[in-house]
Amino acid sequence: MMTLALERMSSVPSPEKREGKVCRAIATVCFALFFLQLPALEARAEMNFQEVKSKKGVTAWLVEDHSIPLIALRFVFDSGSAQDPAGKEGLVNLMTGLFDEGAGDLDSDAFQQKLDDAGAEMSFQAACDGTYGSMRMLSEEKDLAFELLQLAVNSPRFDQAPIDRIRSQILSGILANERDPNTVAQQRWLRAIYGQHPYARPGEGTKESLATITASDIKTFRKASFARRGLHVAVVGDIDAATLSGKLDEVFGDLPQVDTLAPVADVTPRLGQQLEVNYDLPQTSLQLAWPGVKPSSPDFYAAVLMNEILGGSPFASRLFEEVREKRGLAYGVSSRLIDHEHSHALVVATATRSDRAAETLAIVRKVVKEMAEKGPTEEELAATKKYLIGSFAINHLKSSDSIAATLVGLQRDNFAMDYIKNRAALIEAVSLEDVRTEARKLLSADPTVMIVGPPLTDIKG
Amino acid sequence: MTMFAANPGGWVSKTLLVTILVFTGIRSPMAGEWSSSEFLLRNGMEVVVIPDHRAPVVTHMVWYKVGSADEPPGKSGIAHFFEHLMFKATANHTAGELDRTVSEIGGSKNAFTYYDYTAFHETVPPSALEQMMGFEADRMRNLILTDDVVKTERDVILEERRSRIDNNPQAVLEEEVDATLWQNQPYRISVIGWMQEMEQLNREDAKAFYDVYYHPNNAVLVVAGDVDPDAVKAMAERTYGKIVRGPDLPPRIRPIEPEQNTKRIVTLTDARVSVPSFSTQWVVPSYHTAKPGEAEALDLLAEILGGDHHSRLYQQLVVKQGIASTAGAYFQSTMLDNTNFTVYGAPRGDAKLADVEAAVDAEIARIVKDGVTGDELERAKTRYVRSMIFARDKQKDMANMYGSTLASGGNVKDVEERPERVRKVTAEQVKLVAARYLVLDHSTTGYLLPQQQVGN
Repeated sequence: MMTLALERMSSVPSPEKREGKVCRAIATVCFALFFLQLPALEARAEMNFQEVKSKKGVTAWLVEDHSIPLIALRFVFDSGSAQDPAGKEGLVNLMTGLFDEGAGDLDSDAFQQKLDDAGAEMSFQAACDGTYGSMRMLSEEKDLAFELLQLAVNSPRFDQAPIDRIRSQILSGILANERDPNTVAQQRWLRAIYGQHPYARPGEGTKESLATITASDIKTFRKASFARRGLHVAVVGDIDAATLSGKLDEVFGDLPQVDTLAPVADVTPRLGQQLEVNYDLPQTSLQLAWPGVKPSSPDFYAAVLMNEILGGSPFASRLFEEVREKRGLAYGVSSRLIDHEHSHALVVATATRSDRAAETLAIVRKVVKEMAEKGPTEEELAATKKYLIGSFAINHLKSSDSIAATLVGLQRDNFAMDYIKNRAALIEAVSLEDVRTEARKLLSADPTVMIVGPPLTDIKG
Repeated sequence: MTMFAANPGGWVSKTLLVTILVFTGIRSPMAGEWSSSEFLLRNGMEVVVIPDHRAPVVTHMVWYKVGSADEPPGKSGIAHFFEHLMFKATANHTAGELDRTVSEIGGSKNAFTYYDYTAFHETVPPSALEQMMGFEADRMRNLILTDDVVKTERDVILEERRSRIDNNPQAVLEEEVDATLWQNQPYRISVIGWMQEMEQLNREDAKAFYDVYYHPNNAVLVVAGDVDPDAVKAMAERTYGKIVRGPDLPPRIRPIEPEQNTKRIVTLTDARVSVPSFSTQWVVPSYHTAKPGEAEALDLLAEILGGDHHSRLYQQLVVKQGIASTAGAYFQSTMLDNTNFTVYGAPRGDAKLADVEAAVDAEIARIVKDGVTGDELERAKTRYVRSMIFARDKQKDMANMYGSTLASGGNVKDVEERPERVRKVTAEQVKLVAARYLVLDHSTTGYLLPQQQVGN
């Protein structure tokens, strides 16, 4: 196990980051995609996208790269934890723990043994709005690896023993976090923000809901949700289009055309609340939510740029400057746009010594207020455009697996392959006035604020 | 040395494995095409270049052979604090200029500190490589620190400590388990330092630390990416090459552990804990201190005993007996001095922590008595080789592998020959290291317990 070395800046230790693994994953995926732009991709000499369409009509985006003998594959079905049946919260999350626990004629042991023989790694993950799968394989063993994936996707066994084991592992996790302040706070946060909407429910379920989930529930859900219409696939590595085409049919070709799940409603985050989660801690976590923007909205890039300047850019944002660099009040402070399929928000998070939490909260509010009133400067905007345009390749294309993940996200957001070319232009086209307008629009709202720690004492928040 | 226990997510631990293997990864024969080049600048700075032409990206890392274990007594945290201060103004650049420059070209950069080394890194398009070298060469000697800057940044590291340790019962326990496992070696103090010592760190401490350790002859440059070694050499000479060699540093000989003759127990009971967990650790040799073959055998032992869901601990405790939500083992292999071998577990359902601990002990005893099977050993070796191929997919992982090895007493050969060395390990050697090092009567165990005793 690699012990983590201390980094100058790692992720912000805040309740926000603890939002169920699931919702976090999707936010990252959605968020990542919008910085894609052409020059960086073109510069990547061998990186040519191909759209591969199989005989049975399954499509995938492929980047062929034969320099390393491995293949990375990612895919998503667009149904997730938000569609857990009422009372059976945690179903999708439990299901995703079971795909490598036996399929076809292979029981759990035999399946895992074969996976090991193939030198392949397979994993599934539940998100609010999707069920994600990924596989890394050695290209010389790809036949066996794809065969195992075909079994996992089409004929998972969902045997009782693995169900009980994985369920009790998830349950242990739930119990272990029961008294963890950040977990408790995060659950309150989701309920406050999303009310009765499914996004407020814990993706991993509850003690009670997990207990009610049966093998038949899981089988029914998989059948209803694994369909071709909501499926997106990306493949990167040592495989050509013709070979991939055959594999796509093998793995996905026999799935039904459409899923039969009930759609999820849109929900507007409820703002203007103050939540105090009192614990005697040396460090207080602060989390604030403002409205966000839909990726398909015309002002989306203005929001992306504004968020970067406010608190998105590592080491270079206004919040970083005011809270950390000038005053040493926090190790991490950031803002980000949360893009769920059915809800959008801008969330600022930080953690600060408890005796100065009110001061820190006041500074965060002041920085946000200034942004709302005046917007960024011309210089900030120019620098941030450069960053967003230039950073895409380095942030998102650093391994075969991350390229595949990025391409899946692009497809999910309905970008055609040539749409990629427009991204840089879309960022460039945003004017200072656009960003000012956007800042006013989003940040003038009264945010929901959560304080996790002792009651604020130093000054009035 | 950290990682006390329990990844409470259960099956999530399977995905964690990938990272583990990548970082303990080793080169396979198939990795031959990744030939690295190595050279020395006249001022004593070591350079390793690992070409990777798949993308127009280069990872540039400067590793200093100084970490928290090299800190003077009473100054814990200075290595990490100094790493933060390296981002402040120099004689030639304002504070934040490097951040802005990297940001504008769309690059990424950061730094990290560990027990045996401190590293600074940037990932940028190759056209910016020389500029990055210029920045790093500049701050190696030209940093300007004022009391104000030092004081504000000290507040930042105090917040970092509260985030990482003080707000987290598991981290609080780990910190004191380390201080118990290590009675004499400097690994006993966490990298971030003790709060009361961090609060006193000042500009003079920082300056003294800088002047002793930040010199080209105490640094290793690792460049991985879309570059040509000759071009890197020319650039390195134009930038780093101009820095004057510093005074020779004495060999890194630190206090070492006395023989352990007791079983030590550290317990933390906390209201925020609801499921108990434990970890048991032993002092074992690292790749740098081990006799030939011993560290490789420990690596394979960790993999077979508790590396992933194929492992004996997972299969026995989590799958067959169904008493644990998690159970595993790991070996912190790349360290300058002797290191730690750890087993851990947490109960699930009606099982008690004591049941889990007894079952872990039983699996260790079984290996000590009967050894491992040929099939298990072969599979563990194969997974190592595979992890190496997967590691080649990530430029930064490759750079980390070379950098961490070179900064903790090893050389390029140690990295590149490891697969062959691992392949040579016999089942008998694995049994032998288990018997020699995993002695329960001479171990250190940490317990993380709920406030009102849940079982145990």
